[in-house]
Amino acid sequence: MSRGKFMLRMELRSNPEVLCVVRSALARLAELLGFSDSDSHLVILAVDEALTNIIRHAYKGQRERCIEVTFRLVQVAYKSVPQKALEIVLLDDGAPVDLKRLRPRPLQELPIEELKPGGLGLHFIRKNMDKVEFRRRDGRNLLRLIKVLPLAEPYQVS
Amino acid sequence: MQISIRKLDQVTIVDVTGDIDLSTSPELRKVLLHECRELKVPRVLLNLTSVRYVDSSGVATLLEGLKASRDLKSRFIMCGLNAKVTQVLQLSKLLNVFEICENEEQALKS
Repeated sequence: MSRGKFMLRMELRSNPEVLCVVRSALARLAELLGFSDSDSHLVILAVDEALTNIIRHAYKGQRERCIEVTFRLVQVAYKSVPQKALEIVLLDDGAPVDLKRLRPRPLQELPIEELKPGGLGLHFIRKNMDKVEFRRRDGRNLLRLIKVLPLAEPYQVS
Repeated sequence: MQISIRKLDQVTIVDVTGDIDLSTSPELRKVLLHECRELKVPRVLLNLTSVRYVDSSGVATLLEGLKASRDLKSRFIMCGLNAKVTQVLQLSKLLNVFEICENEEQALKS
């Protein structure tokens, strides 16, 4: 099976100050692929939150660790139909992720006293992407995010 | 991100420029909690007109500011939210929790 069309790879330090650089690059990539401003923002938010989780939880705030992010164009089966999609794979060699933490927590409209912001980032990732897969591979955490391309994307996948 | 503060009668206006994310939200949190808890200003107006992006840590900071002001029976108002910031609050199901005005003029009249 083809691994898809490679588009971009970024290797970054786990320093929160670089998050804005990733967001800027991803904004241009999403524009190139024909995502609307709104969908582009959703993808950026999901990737940003995934990086934030790696920095906070896998690396426990250490700023000099390595995170690898790879962007590819792939074909996926989505709603039983083959579709072109943007695949984003994030790799880190931090602490194994507690899978219980990855369980979705439905958000409800609650009185302000009962509101807790914990888990919002994970909610954004799940809500904004079409597929989210996590696994531990060769001692590293691997998060794979998929966003199906808009139907009339300007960038042709060969 | 840059933060500047203006004082107008009983209102503290906090102007924020840039992105509110993991890197910058601690600074905003410090400012908001200082105004609410220590200075106990009756009304904090957070002007987000020049904010391009807010992530979950930014949302948590806004929520903390709101809770701190509620605890002291003061008001916490936000204005100038762009489409992306509004979208993040919608995703968080928090849009109706905050007092939000379109612009600073409206917020000061409210």
